[in-house]
Amino acid sequence: MKFGVLVFPGSNCDRDIVWVTQGLLNQPTRMIWHEDSDLSDIDVVVVPGGFSYGDYLRCGAIARFSPVMRSTIEHANAGKLVLGICNGFQVLTEAGLLPGALVRNRDLHFICDRVPLRVERNDLIWTQNYEKGQVIEIPIAHGEGSYYADADTLKSIEDNNQVLFRYCDPSGNLTSESNPNGSLNHIAGICNRQGNVLGMMPHPERASDRKLGCVDGLALFESILKAVPALV
Amino acid sequence: MSQKFQAQIYVTLRPSVLDPAGTAVQSGLAHMGYSNVEQVRIGKYVELSLTAENETTAREQLDVICDQLLANPVIENYRIELQVLAQV
Repeated sequence: MKFGVLVFPGSNCDRDIVWVTQGLLNQPTRMIWHEDSDLSDIDVVVVPGGFSYGDYLRCGAIARFSPVMRSTIEHANAGKLVLGICNGFQVLTEAGLLPGALVRNRDLHFICDRVPLRVERNDLIWTQNYEKGQVIEIPIAHGEGSYYADADTLKSIEDNNQVLFRYCDPSGNLTSESNPNGSLNHIAGICNRQGNVLGMMPHPERASDRKLGCVDGLALFESILKAVPALV
Repeated sequence: MSQKFQAQIYVTLRPSVLDPAGTAVQSGLAHMGYSNVEQVRIGKYVELSLTAENETTAREQLDVICDQLLANPVIENYRIELQVLAQV
């Protein structure tokens, strides 16, 4: 199972991903500069967090047109796995691989915190090591993480069960106080209809190493490893 | 012969999208004493110049440029104003 971690000018969570996939899980991992376009050896493309191209214009807007993203779109359209975290989620919505958009947080603050998330389904590649309805704690760090989609799009996302993670309180309830950024329907992470592309604002890679005090994110990466034999 | 155009592009949030920055500015204006300001929406303004065969071609290209990069149609609308700068 080979991971490819994209690197844009301004990416800053790329090495954290490599630490998890290669350092903790012993999987071959390659960092891929945004001007490269060969992903033929890669099983899972990870679009990491950070501030690609300085977040100029809109978060993720310029990254979308880089050569490596053209290949990533082909990779996704071939049914292979793509994971976008934080800025990576923004890039995937801008690229049209995921519906909706991430807009300015409701209260305008950049939020750096550790928040509870409810796992909405565990029948997909990404979350099979979690229980359905399980509450996990994962760090968030973003200024533009408020999920928005128009009413029709939101309905189709819900009808197709595309929401994998929602912000919740520690007991799993969706209260307005537990929605840190004003995301519609408390959405923290969604997949595409086929389920092979996942985007999420929270950072599972920052909750994978025991030394950091929380390992609730590691199961996501372990789930991906488990998935591969089933895919091949 | 082609023409050189100057384009002024206004990108605004769609009315259905919340604009917390606009709301914050509105509250600043209220503190200044302008409590009669009823709504503030913040957008972007882009100026660019381009050469194209004619105005129709220029507008077609600008629509693609706006739809794909300058604006995100999921959350934003845009409006283009175009002037001829020179014949080239």
